[in-house]
Amino acid sequence: MRSSVPLPLIAFAVLVYLFLMGPLVIVFGAALSDTSYLTFPPKGLTLHWFWQIWEIGAFRRTIVTSLQIAFLATALALLIGIPAAYALNRYRIQLPGWLSTLFVLPVLVPEIVLGFSLLRSVAVGSDLPIFATLLMGHTLIVLPYCVRVVSASLASFDFAIEEAAVSLGSPPLKTFFTIVLPNIRAGVIAAFILAFITSVNDVSVSLFLTGPGVSTLPIQILAHVEQFFDPVVASVSVLLMLLTVAVMAVVERTLGLTFLAK
Amino acid sequence: MTQALILEHLTAHYGTTKVLDDLSLTVPAGELVSLLGASGCGKTTTLRLVAGFLDPTAGTITLGGKDLTRLPAHKRDIGLVFQSYALFPHLTVAENVAFGLKQRGVATAVRTKRTAAMLARVGLDHLADRLPGALSGGQRQRVALARALVIEPPLLMFDEPLSNLDARLRLEMRAEIRTLQRANGTTSVFVTHDQEEAFSISDRVAIMHAGRIMQFDTPETLYQCPANAFVAGFVGFENLLPLAVTARDGAQVTASANGVALTLSQTDFGAIPDHFTLATRPEGLVLADKGIPARLGLRTYLGRAYQYVCDTPLGQMLATGPLTAPREPGQTVHLAPEPAQCCILPPE
Repeated sequence: MRSSVPLPLIAFAVLVYLFLMGPLVIVFGAALSDTSYLTFPPKGLTLHWFWQIWEIGAFRRTIVTSLQIAFLATALALLIGIPAAYALNRYRIQLPGWLSTLFVLPVLVPEIVLGFSLLRSVAVGSDLPIFATLLMGHTLIVLPYCVRVVSASLASFDFAIEEAAVSLGSPPLKTFFTIVLPNIRAGVIAAFILAFITSVNDVSVSLFLTGPGVSTLPIQILAHVEQFFDPVVASVSVLLMLLTVAVMAVVERTLGLTFLAK
Repeated sequence: MTQALILEHLTAHYGTTKVLDDLSLTVPAGELVSLLGASGCGKTTTLRLVAGFLDPTAGTITLGGKDLTRLPAHKRDIGLVFQSYALFPHLTVAENVAFGLKQRGVATAVRTKRTAAMLARVGLDHLADRLPGALSGGQRQRVALARALVIEPPLLMFDEPLSNLDARLRLEMRAEIRTLQRANGTTSVFVTHDQEEAFSISDRVAIMHAGRIMQFDTPETLYQCPANAFVAGFVGFENLLPLAVTARDGAQVTASANGVALTLSQTDFGAIPDHFTLATRPEGLVLADKGIPARLGLRTYLGRAYQYVCDTPLGQMLATGPLTAPREPGQTVHLAPEPAQCCILPPE
């Protein structure tokens, strides 16, 4: 016999889902509308606005920039974050407790403040190209995610395994790549995805660091809505959603979504 | 092949805390020596120093005449078996066992052959392609053992290898470790907090406390003739009576403390110094007509005898009485030491 779920509970769950899914449905609908302005429910159906993304050069360029920045910033953050997370866990007893908190600080500082201070100190003060400054800013905001997520998977890693490998004659650095890394693979992939998505979606930091000729997609969306009210922004949003869904689907297939909740 | 491990004046610190204090120990070639003690006594620290995971603040480690003290861990050539087994979760059983051989550049064909032979020896040849996650605790421990043995190290070290196994399996693995160690004649160090385990498996046992070795001897000697009060307490001499000799009459010695006088014979107890501690097991203090006056407390049934908690002028004691004559709590009796279950210790 199945135990029945109380009706009010079902009703509440449905409400929560509607609340969560509603905006997505609206954006989806608006993107397909055959009108020159944003509207919902859509009047007529067309894929014209998706074509428009391609037509408008600024969108095309910023999508490429956004993906480049997200990819490079995530790679850099992992390059810094994995060794940091390793050290924080491996030498947890010897290291002061506040050290691991230090790596989370960028999350606690409002991103607007972070963006502004980077503008003042790096973008204005140095001759670095805009792309490099942008990359630096994004690396900084995604680094905490990398350290946290990789740390979480290192926390359940038995370092005796590493010692076993060393005792069997494997040098420490080689051991890291052949023994430690394969066992925290899930955490590294999760960190990559979280960081990547965070970077692609970032507005606050990019707002300050983008400049003439170099911009990211969210900033371009902002700029576009300021001047036009056509459904292109909705269709770009749909594309972003699809990208996220695709990434999640890959994760679900390869690792199972539950591991993200760990 | 068999080599002696010599530790000389080892001192180690964690931060500013001294965890090992001028420890010297020789593990003779081919012997299995246990480091026995409660947690925090320094036994695991000693093992980690020898393995090279920790640097001593002073002292030297020598294996077969070769100085290991400053050698990096991966060059020490020591087989280690961990409490958590520490198998590589992403490698199969065979890959786990072959790992050490691979690091040594052993050719693939030889590697496969030696791995297979080793797995057969620990009875796991049918599980060669499994991942460690699919094995039971006992099987994992066998893989760990095979992995450490296959590199034919001059020294094997075990860090509480049996504490995660259930009682029956523990006995089985204990015998297996001893058999394999004997067959190879590999010098071995076995860290444990379990006295029975240490005594049953070892040629010699070092009883450790607070970063020092309290006594290093064969299990037989430790069990019968502890050298000091700490070791005596550790091997079950529950009652410690500090006494002073008041009169000597040939072999007969009268010793007393707190108004209690005992007459002991040196033919039974061995030479008795002027000041000493008489250590007895609960079985070594029996209900008698004369001796230490005592008031009986809680009685517990042990199967072969009754054990009593007694209040005496020398403090609380554990004594033993026959099954044929159970006594009630509150009765006043006398307790006499039984020479075979006693030992004479130097004063504290």
